[in-house]
Amino acid sequence: MISPQRSPPGSSSQSPRSPSAPPFLSVTVTDPVKLGNGVQAYISYRVITKTNLPEYQGPEKIVIRRYSDFVWLHDRLAEKYKGIFIPPLPEKSAVEKFRFSAEFIEMRRQALDIFINRIASHPQLKQSEDLRTFLQEDEETMERARFQETGIFKKKPADLIQIFKDVQSKVSDVVLGKEKPVEESNPEYEKLKHYIFELEDHLAEAQKQAYRLVKRHRELGQSLSDFGKAIKLLGACEGDSIGKVFSDLGSKSELLSIKLQKENDRNQLVMQAHNLLMNFEEPLKDYVRAVQSIKATMVDRANAFRQQCELAETTKLKEINLDKLMLMRSEKAMEAEIEYKELKAESEEATRRFETIVKLMSEEMVRFQEQKTADLGLAFHEFAKGQAKLANEIADAWRSLIPKIDACSPSLCS
Amino acid sequence: MMGLETHPGFGSPPREEMESLALSDTPSDYRSAMSSSLSAAAADGGDPLLSPPGPLSGASSSSFLDPPSYADVVFSPLDGQNGAAPDRPSPCRGISFPRSDRAAASEYARIAVSDPQKEQDAVNALVPGGGAYFTYLITSRTRAGGVEFRVRRRFRDVVTLADRLAEAYRGFFIPPRPDKNVVESQVMQKHEFVEQRRSALEKYLWKLGVHPVIGKSDELRVFLQAPGKLPLPTSTDMASRMLDGAVRLPKQLFGEGPAGYVTPQDAVQPAKGGRDLLRIFKELKQSVTNDWGGAKPPVVEEDKEFLERKYKMQDLEQQLSTASKQAEALVKAQQDIGETMGELGLAFIKLNKFENDEAVYISQRVRAADAKRVATAAVKASRLYRELNAQTVKHLDILHEYLGLMLAVHSAFSDRASALLTVQTLMSDLSSLHTRIEKLEVASSKIFGGDRSRMRKVEELKETIRVTEDAKCCALREYERIKENNRSELERLDRERHDDFLSMLKGFVKNQAGYAEKLANVWAAVAEETSGYA
Repeated sequence: MISPQRSPPGSSSQSPRSPSAPPFLSVTVTDPVKLGNGVQAYISYRVITKTNLPEYQGPEKIVIRRYSDFVWLHDRLAEKYKGIFIPPLPEKSAVEKFRFSAEFIEMRRQALDIFINRIASHPQLKQSEDLRTFLQEDEETMERARFQETGIFKKKPADLIQIFKDVQSKVSDVVLGKEKPVEESNPEYEKLKHYIFELEDHLAEAQKQAYRLVKRHRELGQSLSDFGKAIKLLGACEGDSIGKVFSDLGSKSELLSIKLQKENDRNQLVMQAHNLLMNFEEPLKDYVRAVQSIKATMVDRANAFRQQCELAETTKLKEINLDKLMLMRSEKAMEAEIEYKELKAESEEATRRFETIVKLMSEEMVRFQEQKTADLGLAFHEFAKGQAKLANEIADAWRSLIPKIDACSPSLCS
Repeated sequence: MMGLETHPGFGSPPREEMESLALSDTPSDYRSAMSSSLSAAAADGGDPLLSPPGPLSGASSSSFLDPPSYADVVFSPLDGQNGAAPDRPSPCRGISFPRSDRAAASEYARIAVSDPQKEQDAVNALVPGGGAYFTYLITSRTRAGGVEFRVRRRFRDVVTLADRLAEAYRGFFIPPRPDKNVVESQVMQKHEFVEQRRSALEKYLWKLGVHPVIGKSDELRVFLQAPGKLPLPTSTDMASRMLDGAVRLPKQLFGEGPAGYVTPQDAVQPAKGGRDLLRIFKELKQSVTNDWGGAKPPVVEEDKEFLERKYKMQDLEQQLSTASKQAEALVKAQQDIGETMGELGLAFIKLNKFENDEAVYISQRVRAADAKRVATAAVKASRLYRELNAQTVKHLDILHEYLGLMLAVHSAFSDRASALLTVQTLMSDLSSLHTRIEKLEVASSKIFGGDRSRMRKVEELKETIRVTEDAKCCALREYERIKENNRSELERLDRERHDDFLSMLKGFVKNQAGYAEKLANVWAAVAEETSGYA
């Protein structure tokens, strides 16, 4: 798991441009600022790039980007690097009210930071021109690039034709009675598909429970606080030293914090709830998104496979036709040969594309499994650490009360 | 609270049987949370608090040692010898009582209610569904005698006992009896209801037994020991009381001699609805007079100290109510977090199994192992929360108990008020009687030779005054007696409440601290095992 804040070792001691320095590319997404008014308000982020790579304009570059810019980058990469599991983006928020809450903004910032760093450390993706554009171009250029990509103009003309062909072949399939779409019959791949789909379910369940756990922490914090208040009031009915004990217990209950010096001491449980959200629930959600990204790649693979099959078939037909024409010594043979050669090239291209996807996918799966083990391992660690810290603080807080209670002996102090 | 530190075998080896985690039957409200949590704690058989806390807190562990009597009673699930186990369904087990010192001084060593049996009431058997009732076996043993008594009683007998005690012990804080439930006979037979009632009866009888005065009463003794039918006069129902009153009313109205007035025996009882109609009217009139501040009543509640305490009691009741509600909310929150932790654990167990089954890469197996670690810890944590909650319920239940006791306090205070009212009414009766005599004597003196009928009347009135004077003396004595009962009970309440609240706070805090420590240890281990990822 790339830790976005850490710079690679040894980078500070050498001059960034010296050829002997190991190449590095480190990006930070930081400093969210709300811009614009009313309905058009949005959050902008500062993206700081530090690198020694020659393709980049300098050792450090800072640009301002917004969420839609990240979406642009994601979509471009998804277009160009079929077969690679593009790192997932955090969701667009549907609920208006929530869009500018501090917690949401922080979660998104963290997710975007992780996103960009994953791209920057991926062997193929980091060489992408679009990444360079994203990291270096000024805001106007970025905006222009973004607008060009919207809507159906996103797709290149060749792709449009392809879509047409897909529709055509679908129709013909139906006409010819071939309703089932063409699919790979690779048992290993079947197993993988099955695995991915079921994995998503398991992860979604875990994420749901993690989210619920966050809520429970908040609720427990609230109820302890309320209980503390009630105990204090009850203590006011009692006199003197036992009343003081009540009061102390009540205060402890409310705060469960000893060391905070800010004006608003925050309840430890509420703080842990936030920690849980950022460092445990969010990574689980990220895992789910990653799985969904794999599913998107699977769709690409299926499309590529189908294209390959169709083109192969069409090419074959064309070949048969060509042979026929040549046999007949027809004038159309020349034309047909050219068409055939073109189609053959396309077919080979489609086959190449498909095979690339297959190869990439298998490499990506290894990477994915390893990365997820590390990611989840870290999330588990943070979770356990957080729970242990919270429990220790709670134990300390309550323990500190015991001598006070003991000092108040039965029926003697009142 | 962490007594019995050296109890062996309490490191609580990790329980890998996830299947035994009963997540589906956890109840949603406080009362059932209490009973099911208690049985869950008992079923688990383990009390993690008894194991020595981890090395972090080694130094302070000695401060957790409680005097044995307290630890004994609270951690009874292990130790079956002292016979004090919380609410186990098995028969012939008394209930535990955290105030063991008071228990040690009480009249009875043990009171248990068990073995509910359905019986048929011969009279109402013709009515379909009607006439069926439950009887309970009540076992008790006095501290002095050591002989065990067994009787069978039905709930109606308990009502009789409560009513007789209320009459005989005016001014005392008599523990309130369990509610009558006016429900259909269908509900009456449900097992859960019967069990609830059995448990409530046991608690009630025990509280009576532990009361320094009522514990020694004949009424209680007879209830617990007299075989066969309960030999206490039953509370008459409204109808027969009305009849009784209807018979007496004419005499009262026409003032036929002493029978028409409050007798000394009656003066020591509050006016009963239906029976003492005239007396009720008079006392009502008196109280209105008092309220409207007409003639100042001859005796007023001038005990300032009492009034102060009364206000304090009202305040206390208010705060108890709030605290009790918040305690319930806290218990629910603890229960919820435990549940969710358990569900999270289950989700990771499933993930672990899945990854292991489908593993193609080693990294999957590693991840599966990590998931299992977290899952195990989460399930452990879930159990710890459940146990924490069971203990919390036990401690905070004192709030509910004292809230219930406020009812008894109200009763006792109103005993005092009604006794005072009786005195005031009698005194104003007396004064009006004297006035009448005066008038008659004046009228008679104007007639030459005296007025024989008037003089006769005066003699009758003088006789009535004598009786009423006696009644007034009795009423006054009764009032003073009740005042004294109030005072001594208030003192006892303050003392006991102080001790009980202190032990509640102590128990609660130690409980929270202890379990937080356990939780910390569970998670610290996982954090250590996964530290390679940091």
